[in-house]
Amino acid sequence: MPDLLGLLSYGTFFLVFVTIYGLVVLGLNLQWGFTGLFNVGVAGFVAIGAYTSALLTAPDYPDQIGGLALPIPLGWLGAMVTSGLAAFIVGVAALRLRHDYLAITTFGIAVTLQLVALNAQSLTGGPFGLQFIPKPFADVIADNLAWNLAYLAMAATLLGLSYVALERLVRSPWGRVLRAIREDETAAESLGKRAFRFRLQAFVIGCMLMGLGGALYAHFVGYIAPEDFLPILTFQLWTMLIVGGSGNNRGAVLGAVVVWALWTLSGNVLRELVPAEHQARAATLQVVLIGLLLMLILMVRPRGLLGEEAVVSRHMKDSAGEVQEE
Amino acid sequence: MLTAQSITKTFGGNRAVDEVSFTIKEGTITGLIGPNGAGKTTLFNCLAGLFPPTSGSLSLEGERIDGLSPDRIFARGLARTFQIPRPFPEMTVLENVMVAPLHQRGERFWANWLTPGRVAAEERTLAAAARHWIDFVGLSHLADQPARVLSGGQRKLLELARVLVAKPRLILLDEPGAGVNPVLLDAIVDRIVSLNRQGVTFLVIEHNMDLVMNLCSPIMVMAQGRLLMAGTAQEVRDDPRVVEAYLGGAPA
Repeated sequence: MPDLLGLLSYGTFFLVFVTIYGLVVLGLNLQWGFTGLFNVGVAGFVAIGAYTSALLTAPDYPDQIGGLALPIPLGWLGAMVTSGLAAFIVGVAALRLRHDYLAITTFGIAVTLQLVALNAQSLTGGPFGLQFIPKPFADVIADNLAWNLAYLAMAATLLGLSYVALERLVRSPWGRVLRAIREDETAAESLGKRAFRFRLQAFVIGCMLMGLGGALYAHFVGYIAPEDFLPILTFQLWTMLIVGGSGNNRGAVLGAVVVWALWTLSGNVLRELVPAEHQARAATLQVVLIGLLLMLILMVRPRGLLGEEAVVSRHMKDSAGEVQEE
Repeated sequence: MLTAQSITKTFGGNRAVDEVSFTIKEGTITGLIGPNGAGKTTLFNCLAGLFPPTSGSLSLEGERIDGLSPDRIFARGLARTFQIPRPFPEMTVLENVMVAPLHQRGERFWANWLTPGRVAAEERTLAAAARHWIDFVGLSHLADQPARVLSGGQRKLLELARVLVAKPRLILLDEPGAGVNPVLLDAIVDRIVSLNRQGVTFLVIEHNMDLVMNLCSPIMVMAQGRLLMAGTAQEVRDDPRVVEAYLGGAPA
């Protein structure tokens, strides 16, 4: 007899993570799917958001900087600002690089950030991380399930707002330039577009969403540590985008659902099947599984579950006639 | 209209363009011919700002443009097409063309939030202009297709429509006839002539001699990075140095 309440509780927990990942993948989709920016440092920008919001909102931490006990919305806003600022600095320095070179650079930056989190004890709490990150409306809603549901509603609202805003942007002339740059930067520049400025804007906005995702994660779990932001996180998020469909915002969210479902499901199955002493090793099978999924998608549906739409400017719906699907 | 003085472009020890000076008069269709490797496309790239000349100066209607980035040169009214066309393959033909107009309100991030009505109104105007030029080059039936489905010749026409919508005063065409079937080629030539009558100046690189001789005047001849001569079709035909450059290889 399945425990319905337990199932509901588990489902809520699962969906909160999906919405948080979905938010981050939307940011990545703006960068890669629409602008062609190869950002492999996603985990770093998620971490900046998570740590910023924690430091701004948590009660005073003894022996370390931060713990300003500010209201939670301010923490989230701060997370976006800090991630955006970091993206701006990284962008000015590195966005003149292309393709694999940008990938290597952003990857290095994310690894560096993770090491800073691990070692700058007076700021980040070092390997012990940051605890007592306040949970919003925890003082009003005592029941655990109800609180999870409330958090889910709020995270889903933020995801929805971001989705609507991004859809509006990518179907605007601004988004059209992004796609032109993705398709052929030299041609876009020969048509008078200052590519660097657009690349920087897309990079900063995408990283702000990643920062917000990090903050939502921090306040949901209530505790963050450097090991939450390892390169494997970047790998998972990229897989979500590629599986779902790069260049398609609905695909980005769908990818988050599919990949996270597979991840948790495989984790549970492995826990059931593998004897306790081999569990740590079995856990790495999850990574293998995700890798296999990625390869399978690339071979069978290289454009992802939902491929890119032949997007036309949102102002053109009436005159352009049918929007064509691949 | 466009004046080049002692333009030189070196790649390592190779002088791809060597002290080239010329003036393009407003209202002309100037031809640029020369054997492969003469430096024609390199010269184009210098003019359009894809890379700056190593030395020399360029001025467009009296204003210096050498060293400016491609987007700024385009904004001054000098447009170029590519030898191998560079459409945005996943975007529709219409969208390809709608990228080009300058100073679009909706290209500014905040305008899409603060003045969406004006962005929408401008988009409708732009779309009409884009459709006009797509029609002008004869691609109306493909307007809503992704550009990747176009043939080589159609891509050249798309590039032409794409720069025309931004109303440039001088257009550099890099081999408009290469790899284009004869019917499409006639269409392209016809469009160039008609635009020229409307006041657009052209500089055309082309290997098809019939096309150059009929379309262009004056014609400039380049060989081994240098400007060999400039003159009418007859003068070019009669000049022994031109024959030498094409048939004789390196001049002694």
